[in-house]
Amino acid sequence: MNLTLKVWRQSGPDDEGKLVRYQIEDVSPDMSFLEMLDVLNERLILAGDDPVAFDHDCREGICGMCSMMIDGVAHGPQKNTTTCQLHMRHYNDGDTIVIEPWRARPFPVVKDLVVDRSAFDRIIQAGGFISVPAGSAPDAHATPVPKLDADDAFDAATCIGCGACVAACPNGSASLFTAAKITHLGLLPQGQPERGSRARAMVEQMDEEGFGGCTNTGECTAVCPKGIPLDTIARMNSDYLRASRKSG
Amino acid sequence: MAVSGAVLVFFLVAHMAGNLKIFAGAESFNGYAAWLREVGYPLLPHRGLLTLLEAGLVVAIGAHMWSAIVLTRRAAHARPVKYAAKVKSRANGYATRTMRWGGVIIFFFVIYHLLDMTFGVTNPEGHDATPFARMVAGFEPARWYITVFYVISVVMVGLHLRHGLWSALQTLGVARRYPVLKASAAVVSGLLTIGFLVVPLAITFGVVK
Repeated sequence: MNLTLKVWRQSGPDDEGKLVRYQIEDVSPDMSFLEMLDVLNERLILAGDDPVAFDHDCREGICGMCSMMIDGVAHGPQKNTTTCQLHMRHYNDGDTIVIEPWRARPFPVVKDLVVDRSAFDRIIQAGGFISVPAGSAPDAHATPVPKLDADDAFDAATCIGCGACVAACPNGSASLFTAAKITHLGLLPQGQPERGSRARAMVEQMDEEGFGGCTNTGECTAVCPKGIPLDTIARMNSDYLRASRKSG
Repeated sequence: MAVSGAVLVFFLVAHMAGNLKIFAGAESFNGYAAWLREVGYPLLPHRGLLTLLEAGLVVAIGAHMWSAIVLTRRAAHARPVKYAAKVKSRANGYATRTMRWGGVIIFFFVIYHLLDMTFGVTNPEGHDATPFARMVAGFEPARWYITVFYVISVVMVGLHLRHGLWSALQTLGVARRYPVLKASAAVVSGLLTIGFLVVPLAITFGVVK
C-alpha cells in the first residue's frame, strides 16, 4: 500500500520544528509501524537526507521506548498496544498518517520524535524503590502476599514508563505513571515501611517537574499500552492524603 | 476541587428538596422559605443560619472556581506546544470533556438564576412578591424560552455532576469498584437533574399554578 506520512521534524531542542510530508510506497501490511519508518529512513539515507529520529529498543512491546502520537492518539489506534506492536494491516492504501512526538513541558523534544523522559526517572528516584538489606534471595513463601493484592500490584507493575499517559492527558498530568509505581510498591509488604514517604516524595517530584494536575478524564488509561487501571490514581491520592495528614 | 464540589452537591440536594415543596402548594413552599429565615430563632438571629449557609456557599463556589483556574493554568503550562493533529479522545465521556466550559456556562446560569429568583431583578413579579409567586411567574407558559434556558442549564449541571461525583471520590482516594461507583454517580446526577427539571416544567405546562 502507498501512504502519505506527515512527520514532525525538529533538528534539535531549540529548533522550531515542523511537519514534513513524505510519500511512502509498497508498504507491506505485515510491517510493524516502526519497520515502516525504518523503510522511510533507508530511503531518506539513500537520498542523502537526515533520517527521522525516533526512540525504540526491544520492539516487542515491553521496554517502553517507542513513543509516538499517531493521528492524535498515543501509540496509535490499537488498544493496549505500543507503537512497535502496531502493524500496518490496520491502515489502508492512500491513508495519511500524522506522526508527532509526545507533547509536554517536562518531556522536551531532543530531535524529531525523540523526547527526553528523564522527568520520569527523577520521579522514580524520589521514592519508587524499597530499601531492603541486600543479600541472597529470600524464600518465596517467607512473606505471604494475598492473591488479590499480588494481582493488583502486578497489574500496576506492568507499567513500562513510556509516557503515553502524559501525552494523551489533556492536562499533561503524569498521575497514572506515578500512581502505577506507588500502587505497585504500596500493595506489597516490602513496600509498607516507606509507603507514606514514598507517596509524598513521588507526588511532590511529579508536581515539581511541571506536569499538570489530574482531573480524572481517563484518557491516560485508555491509551496505556499496559492498560494500567485508573484506580491506581485513587490509591495514590489515598496514600498521599494519609501521609500528609500524619506529618502535617 | 473535590471538597468544594462536595459542599455544592449537598447544597444542590437541599435546594432540590426545597423546590419540590412547590407541589405541596403555595403555603407549604412559602412556609419553607420563611422557615429558612427563622430556623434556630431566637437562639440564632433572624436569617442567622441562612446567612451562614450563604457565606459557606460563596466560599465553596470561590474555592471551586479557584481550583478550576489553577488546574486549567497548570494544564496550559504543562503542554506549551499543542498537537498538530486533532487529539482524539479515547476515554468515553461527553460529561468529562465539558467540565471546564460547562462549569463556565453553569457560572453564568447561576448569576442569571440569582437575579431571577433571589433578587427578583429579571423576574416579572419583582423582589417583593412571595417566593411561590416569583417561581410561578418566572416559568409561566408565555416565558417558555426562560424554561428552555433553565432546562439546558440544569442538564449542564447534571452532566457536570456525572463526572464530578465520582471524580471527587477518586481525588479523595476512596474510589474503588468503578462500575458501581460510576453507575451511582449517573443515578444520583440523573435524579438531581429530574428533581430540578420537574418544577419549571410543571409550571410551564400548567400543572402548578
